[in-house]
Amino acid sequence: MKLLTLNFLTCARKACKATNAAFPLHPKDAELEIVEVELSPLFVRNILPRVEWEALRTLCQDLGLPQLPATAPEPGELFTPNPSDGVEGEGIEEVGEEGEPTQTLKDLHHVLLETTIREGKLVCGSCGHEYAVKEGIANFLLPSHLV
Amino acid sequence: MPQYLVRLAQTHESFRKAELEALAELAGIDIKFDFYDEDSPFCILALPSPSSAATLIHRSILSLSIHELWARGTDYPSLHASNHLSSSTFWPPHTTSSFRFTLDSYRGSRPSATQRTLIDSFAYMPLTGRIKMSNPELSLTIFEDFATGATAPRALYLGRLLALSGRAAKTTYDLKKRAYISTTSMDAELALVTANMALAAPGKLFYDPFSGTGGFMVAGAHFGASVWGSDIDGRSIRGKGGKAKRDVVSNMVQYGLMSRYLDGFVADLTNSPIRGARGPGEDAARGGWLDGIMCDPPYGVREGLKVLGLKRDPGENGERLACVDRYMEEGYIPPKRPYSFEAMLEDILQFAAVMLVVGGRLSMWMPTANEEGEDGEGQKEIGIPMHPALGLVSVCVQPFNKWSRRLLTYRRLSSDEISPEALSAMASRKKRVHGNGENADDLNDFRRKYFQGFKEPEAEHTADRQ
Ligand SMILES: [Zn+2]
Repeated sequence: MKLLTLNFLTCARKACKATNAAFPLHPKDAELEIVEVELSPLFVRNILPRVEWEALRTLCQDLGLPQLPATAPEPGELFTPNPSDGVEGEGIEEVGEEGEPTQTLKDLHHVLLETTIREGKLVCGSCGHEYAVKEGIANFLLPSHLV
Repeated sequence: MPQYLVRLAQTHESFRKAELEALAELAGIDIKFDFYDEDSPFCILALPSPSSAATLIHRSILSLSIHELWARGTDYPSLHASNHLSSSTFWPPHTTSSFRFTLDSYRGSRPSATQRTLIDSFAYMPLTGRIKMSNPELSLTIFEDFATGATAPRALYLGRLLALSGRAAKTTYDLKKRAYISTTSMDAELALVTANMALAAPGKLFYDPFSGTGGFMVAGAHFGASVWGSDIDGRSIRGKGGKAKRDVVSNMVQYGLMSRYLDGFVADLTNSPIRGARGPGEDAARGGWLDGIMCDPPYGVREGLKVLGLKRDPGENGERLACVDRYMEEGYIPPKRPYSFEAMLEDILQFAAVMLVVGGRLSMWMPTANEEGEDGEGQKEIGIPMHPALGLVSVCVQPFNKWSRRLLTYRRLSSDEISPEALSAMASRKKRVHGNGENADDLNDFRRKYFQGFKEPEAEHTADRQ
């Protein structure tokens, strides 16, 4: 399970969704695995504004990964400046007009898409419920007394 | 605008126009249908340029090719007259090109001698290049459209081939050649069409909350989207087999799409672990964070939502299982509860309304009737579910012998397109008899989120500021 995925998941319990403590889930006894993924600069650029940066930092801290900067990189830090710099567009079609992906973008790709939790548990900081991750697959089904 | 002829596949007729419209939207191409008939595989479009025509068609599943329309007629004399009229426009750039003429008769059959005669009747055109049957520079096709049982065509067209469609993907992804499938897997053709309707494309995030064997994930990834899937049935996510494992991942590997595969996880949409959009600077207009949702919810509610326990392999991790909670076990059977099909549809729409970006699409399959009467009697037609934050884009119907199903496509509206009256009406609507009380609460939840700009979590957020 990729760290990117974890950034979009919280406790499945309705009571927890309304609390800050339930997000992000905290990995426990996590066994990490690095899985190489082909770089898609376009995807990294599009996904970055949707990532909860603070939660990602917390997660990296929990996992003992290198510390991330305090704030998310700006869009301008993801690509080297292009000499034929046009108008910055928000559409995805313009990506060809961007420069080369920077090391910052490659690092983000590595953290978000190549760093995965192979085995372990995900613990809700609100209710303490533990979700199992086995062979990279997390199980979010709740026992009947928590539904 | 110049006219182009699309040679459509004569199948899934009610999906064809919607697919072309979706592809035009995706590519930002201005499209106008000058002629379209469900009974014909020929469709005439007005498009800005030949290059826009090629862009439009290149990932279409339900068309075969697109052609620059040189002439049209109701019989051969009128076709030739039309050809002469546009000769100064179309002929000059091609007079010395290598070329070929072909005849495409729909519902008609022409003996080869007749074919030759028909093609020879165009000998007046000043084409001096050599005839080349494979990859000529100029490929002209005479299209004949016969009504059923007719002896003469009702319409004729002459067109220059511009581009072939993406229909070859139908064969590439054929379920017969896919390692991991189930009886409920959607066929490759319609899964790909679904991905077109939902505007799957590179850089986008797609999700299927009923992913099963991952057919929509494969289709979305084929068009470049990065895909997530979840299913309440853990077995479908975990897959089959020991060493030679067959699962969604092995399908992705088979097609070389692993770089688009994000994750699969086990989850129930009614207690989804997926967070809403969060954080400062968020406003209602931004919506959520998914670009598209594709799904084929379980039809037979009773089978579909009953989750069966996996036969536990006692040899595997026996020791570990003994010391974890029962619900952590692989064979854990989640609680069943009454859940009507309509309630599920509303939950899906609600989920989409919260999770989609503005302009993001939900493409969802549903049967047109539920299975109230087991004998087929007393079937109740299910209306098209609606949500104030979702605009209905298209309704496509696939008829079967005794039933039919629809592909519904919605677009997440922007805040100024959403009627506040409709939102409050929905919120105050008396909750329908659903077998559980959650639906109305969810609707209220949407309304609250909407007016608070989808800042989550609401409870603490509000408390923080008091
Ligand atoms: Zn919790």
